[in-house]
Amino acid sequence: MSPLFIAQIVLTLFVFVMLLNSAAVMVYVERKVAARLQQRLGPYLVGYRGALQPLADIVKLMFKEELRPKAADAFLFALAPIISATCAFAAFAVVPFGADTTLFGLLDTPLRLQVADVNVAVLVIFAIASMSVYGIVLAGWSSNSKYSLLGGLRSSAQMISYELSYGLALASVLLIGNSLSLSDIVNRQAGTWLSLLPRWFIFVQPLGFVIYMLAGIAETNRAPFDFPEAEQELVAGYHTEYSSMSFAMFFLAEYINMVTVSAVATDLFLGGWHGPFLPESLGWIWFLVKVAAILFFYIWMRWTLPRYRYDQLMTFGWKILLPLSVVNLLATAAAVVYWR
Amino acid sequence: MIIFYVFAAVAVGASLLVIAQRNPIYSVLLLIASFGALSGLYVMLDAPFVAVIQIVVYAGAIMVLFLFVVMLLNAPQEETEADTRRHLLLRSGPLRFGAFLALVLASELVWALMGGRESGAFAGGSTTSVAAIGRSLFTDYAFAFEVTSVLILVALVGAVVLAHREKA
Repeated sequence: MSPLFIAQIVLTLFVFVMLLNSAAVMVYVERKVAARLQQRLGPYLVGYRGALQPLADIVKLMFKEELRPKAADAFLFALAPIISATCAFAAFAVVPFGADTTLFGLLDTPLRLQVADVNVAVLVIFAIASMSVYGIVLAGWSSNSKYSLLGGLRSSAQMISYELSYGLALASVLLIGNSLSLSDIVNRQAGTWLSLLPRWFIFVQPLGFVIYMLAGIAETNRAPFDFPEAEQELVAGYHTEYSSMSFAMFFLAEYINMVTVSAVATDLFLGGWHGPFLPESLGWIWFLVKVAAILFFYIWMRWTLPRYRYDQLMTFGWKILLPLSVVNLLATAAAVVYWR
Repeated sequence: MIIFYVFAAVAVGASLLVIAQRNPIYSVLLLIASFGALSGLYVMLDAPFVAVIQIVVYAGAIMVLFLFVVMLLNAPQEETEADTRRHLLLRSGPLRFGAFLALVLASELVWALMGGRESGAFAGGSTTSVAAIGRSLFTDYAFAFEVTSVLILVALVGAVVLAHREKA
């Protein structure tokens, strides 16, 4: 086995473990930031300032009893959280998070910091996002409970509606980037304009970025678009009947999906690992900083804005966001043709 | 080659199971599994773009709507045919028609396999390039492409007209 092959396997495992960790860290950060925004302390007992709280949560979840409603469809009930978690992990496989590296001269040929370099990476992410609907829909249906079913139906309607705007926002970036490969798109954003403004696509596509983020929040079912699990109406939505580790899988999937949406936003709009002050080989630090900033924005949104009404969500998605993204795409296409 | 047989077996097996299920939800899921296996075959043919589109369009978009409709109707499980009457599809008329269609399909398959030539447009692994696919779709096959879109539009309008109820 060549060293590059071993390095690739190590990289894959590394990404997997890091995604798991990121979910744990996100749970902690979410609770701390939420507490701050509401003038509370948040978790502070376990570990230094409550830093080991996620670990305690995981242990608690593991020792809980796994319950299943009597009338549930046993096979699909078990399958649904697996689909959710698998899709969440799979999507990150095509996301590049750093420049090619030789690991300080350890390797002869540089290793690309990306699990799978697919030349249609953007479409792969889109495809996996569309598959992850099944986890939620099946969870809702197989539980055989009113709240779960309504939550599942709502979320599938929501995800289908916002997937269109999400896809069109991606397409307008692809037109400028002139490629379907995420690493190509990131590399097009290297350098600066007039040695001042970085060549990030957010400055070319401000509207595209806003549409992408809004649709991304709706896709990941986060507040203010968290209708599938609107507590006041639906108890906990599609995962009402889930407990113990199968609940944990949905929880994990939600946080990993957030990380993936933020990482893709960083690659598409914020220049990926390019940034001032740091050499190219340390670019992954920039990448982490940008992803963390977007994730903070996510949490900030959740604890600031109230949930919309369901009809408002649908009206917003179909009558405002979709036309805007179509116009954005057409304008981008016209500009690209004109300046080519 | 082993991977090919795995994908092929999953595709054929899942498709057969689709019509053997009593619960429509399982039929939908098995159809998705079959599409997934087809997509794997496309990847093996060095056509990642087609593979991903297969997932996005069929497994992702169309089958979600199928699942949605099945769940909304909450279609009851098909009742077992306890009575002695034969199932509608097993009567001799439909059976002959089905056999005829199967024969046509089989002969077309044999014809296609016998004349097995690579079409010039995608020779030399150019299917990997999205640009090549787009170019031939909008130049050589533009007419077929547009006709297909009109066909889908007709189906859409037809569905609306059929579902529309006259107000009394």
